[in-house]
Amino acid sequence: MTAVRQVDVLVVGAGPAGLTAAATLAARGAGRVEVLERERTPGGVPRTCAHGGFGSWRRPLTGPRLARELADAAVRAGAAVRTGVTALDWAGPLDLATVGPQGPEILRARAVVLATGARERPRAARLVPGTRPAGVYTTGELQQAVHLYRQPIGTRAVIVGAEDVSYAAADTVRRAGAEVVALVTDLPAHRTAPARALDTRLRRGVPLLTGTVVAELLGHGRLSGVRIRHHDGRAAVLPCDTVVFTGDFVPEQELARLGGLTLDPRTRGPAVDGALRTSRPGVFAAGNLLHAVERAATAAREGTLAAAAVTAALAAAGAGAAAGSGAAWPEGVPLILDPPLRWITPSRVTPADTLPYTLRTASRLTRPLLEITQDDRVLHRERVRGAAAGRSLTLTARWAHRVDAKGGPVRVTAR
Amino acid sequence: MTVVTTEGPLPPQPYDVAVVGAGVVGSAIARALARHPRLRVALVEAQDDVGQGTSKANTAILHTGFDAVPGSLEARLVREGARLLTAYAAESGIPVERVGALLVAWDEEQLAALPRLARKAVRNDCHDTRLLGPAELYAREPHLGPGALGALHVPGESVVCPWTTTLAYATQAVRNGVHLHLECRVEQATRRDGVHELTTTRGTLRAHRLVNAAGLHADTLDRQLGHDDFTVTPRRGQLLVYDKFARPLVRHILLPVPTALGKGVLVAPTVHGNVLLGPTAEDLDDKRATGSTADGLAALREQGRRVLPALLDEEVTAVYAGLRAATGHEDYRVRAHPGQGYVTVGGIRSTGLTASPALAEHVLALLRETGLDPGPARDLEPVRMPNLGEAFPRPYQRADLIAADPSYGTLVCHCERVSLGEIRDALAGPVPPRSLDGLRRRTRARAGRCQGFHCGAAVRALFEEGRRDGSAGSGATVEGGRA
Repeated sequence: MTAVRQVDVLVVGAGPAGLTAAATLAARGAGRVEVLERERTPGGVPRTCAHGGFGSWRRPLTGPRLARELADAAVRAGAAVRTGVTALDWAGPLDLATVGPQGPEILRARAVVLATGARERPRAARLVPGTRPAGVYTTGELQQAVHLYRQPIGTRAVIVGAEDVSYAAADTVRRAGAEVVALVTDLPAHRTAPARALDTRLRRGVPLLTGTVVAELLGHGRLSGVRIRHHDGRAAVLPCDTVVFTGDFVPEQELARLGGLTLDPRTRGPAVDGALRTSRPGVFAAGNLLHAVERAATAAREGTLAAAAVTAALAAAGAGAAAGSGAAWPEGVPLILDPPLRWITPSRVTPADTLPYTLRTASRLTRPLLEITQDDRVLHRERVRGAAAGRSLTLTARWAHRVDAKGGPVRVTAR
Repeated sequence: MTVVTTEGPLPPQPYDVAVVGAGVVGSAIARALARHPRLRVALVEAQDDVGQGTSKANTAILHTGFDAVPGSLEARLVREGARLLTAYAAESGIPVERVGALLVAWDEEQLAALPRLARKAVRNDCHDTRLLGPAELYAREPHLGPGALGALHVPGESVVCPWTTTLAYATQAVRNGVHLHLECRVEQATRRDGVHELTTTRGTLRAHRLVNAAGLHADTLDRQLGHDDFTVTPRRGQLLVYDKFARPLVRHILLPVPTALGKGVLVAPTVHGNVLLGPTAEDLDDKRATGSTADGLAALREQGRRVLPALLDEEVTAVYAGLRAATGHEDYRVRAHPGQGYVTVGGIRSTGLTASPALAEHVLALLRETGLDPGPARDLEPVRMPNLGEAFPRPYQRADLIAADPSYGTLVCHCERVSLGEIRDALAGPVPPRSLDGLRRRTRARAGRCQGFHCGAAVRALFEEGRRDGSAGSGATVEGGRA
């Protein structure tokens, strides 16, 4: 029988969301706060993003630097950050079975925060036909290969995608001494800052092929090229020895699914209310597990909010009791979206919510008017800053108190 | 001492037996020959690993042979092979799950065919099949798509790990004195003064007797020795492997009622905890056409949607395509040519994995007919293969193992929960991987849903490190200190 050890709060995943939640909880005296990280070093994805753009405009940081600072802050605040330990499965309502070099252990917590992050969908999930040669990457693997392990990656790379992460992958390919052959996207245009797209195209001479899909991978042993096809039917072969599939992030939802948490079909992450409560009492979720993907700062902000919600739930439950054990665990009302809105997090709402909502749209919206209704009753109208596809809108929660907790779903429409 | 080479010259003195092709069949034959310590045996493979051809990309089923052509060689060898392989798997730690198969009838014609198939099963010595009505069928498979009329239940059909099987044979063969020569493509075969001379990409290899287990290329080698018995037409089978989240959706191997074209598209659990959908059956002429196609994948998904609609909501974690050695004949093409000291093992179809141990015994008997005196036989010391199956404890689940060596608790590949210890063991094994694909087949590292997003670079670093350590010296891996 595996030993059971009691902690107060268990955070799964030491990325920006998990580390920030742990630091905040520990600082607020939440008792023993433990962060489980299956990788050897804490920090999550920023750890391998060896470029700037993290931190604040006042204090810009590189990804690895941010990762270190977040981990140090959590430890300084009194949280235990345990790397090389994997949360395998649930072993009870708030118990997690873990394994690490010290062997198996079951951790029993009063509250659990899932912050397991997201990953890119690889070639197989995208059903890209062809052979199975070496030289096929996702950005995640590429960045680790180049920045953490200094591995050679080939000489000529095609990048699939044209969003921020795709351009970051192109930079990484160049830093590894390889040539970027082209960026290929099935969308009609790139989804990055215009200056960045222009710089890549003009100064670096990297073509952006829009309306184009990678139709087949070629080569035995090592990749020899990719067959591309334009929407109009034109096809060509781009000779290359490396291809990087970028973007198309999905939540790392294994523990959420194993725990039977209700998922949001739009994001494929756990459905949460404005206090980041999942459908399982005592279990909270934060970061890119909820919305694949947003910036590290968004994840960290949710970590702070999750910490506040955990603190409140533990206080409500009373000393030593599990979060959600006293009062009823609120279910909230689901948020439904009209096109072109694609997803929203949190995806459930309770009248007490205060967290701003993050929304994604499938096509560009210019200063849209967002309308919130419940059972044909208008709760709120707000004109918000516009957003391109693949960028987020923010919606305040000032209207949440008008929600009828026993009413129908709340609908969000953009005009 | 074991001998596994990938480069450099081949030994000049003739072997007693050379087996060409280190797929599941060739490796099984080499293992059977290894029971005879007096024989000098070479297992010769064109690629850089065992099981790299047809053997690595199949449907991973351990057949009962219930639907074979009664009285055929295939029927007999599959039936015997199933028994032998089941015992060998238990001895060697090859994961097998006896999940049973359901031949599902989707229309009246198929339903009417089921009793005939049940009678055929009896003639193939498979006596425990049973017809199920729709109620019992849906009770057994609640996620089955609507419209099924009934099924034939074949309880003995099992799923097995094809990679571990081939590797277990090869490991046991090598540990017992068989020389494995990889990256050694046979380009020409002649017979001079009673000795076979194989011209290979690594020079000449001589042997008194020759076994042709060259799979897709068996016809080419056969012709070089003057026979025109069969032509191999590669039949491509594309397969989709679904995420482990799909595994609870299906309990049995779900087979369609067979047609003249083949066994059709199946949905089956794998011992690794995934769900397989496939294969297609496309007759081609290119023996290297192991790519998947958009049309093939779309057709598979269409058929999968009918059988198990919820499957399509899950992610695909791998897509692959294998080539089966179709010959246009209903049966295996196994023939001895006593005057030439030569045995052909051709036309081994998808049942070859199951039949492999029985095929090996059959070939040994045929070699005797060619005048081979194998000398005394011994029982081989069992091999214990690393377990890749979800139905048996994996190293990360074993407190005893981790207590003895913490590297089994240090997970590197998170999706498949592969530990540092397992990767290290595979790299140090008697038949080590030469590529990341080879490492994946031995450990499942990088085989999961993220396909290396999280662990790819770390696994590659371990692989490169292991290879540097392993190849300090020559291309020969010499392992000492083992019986």
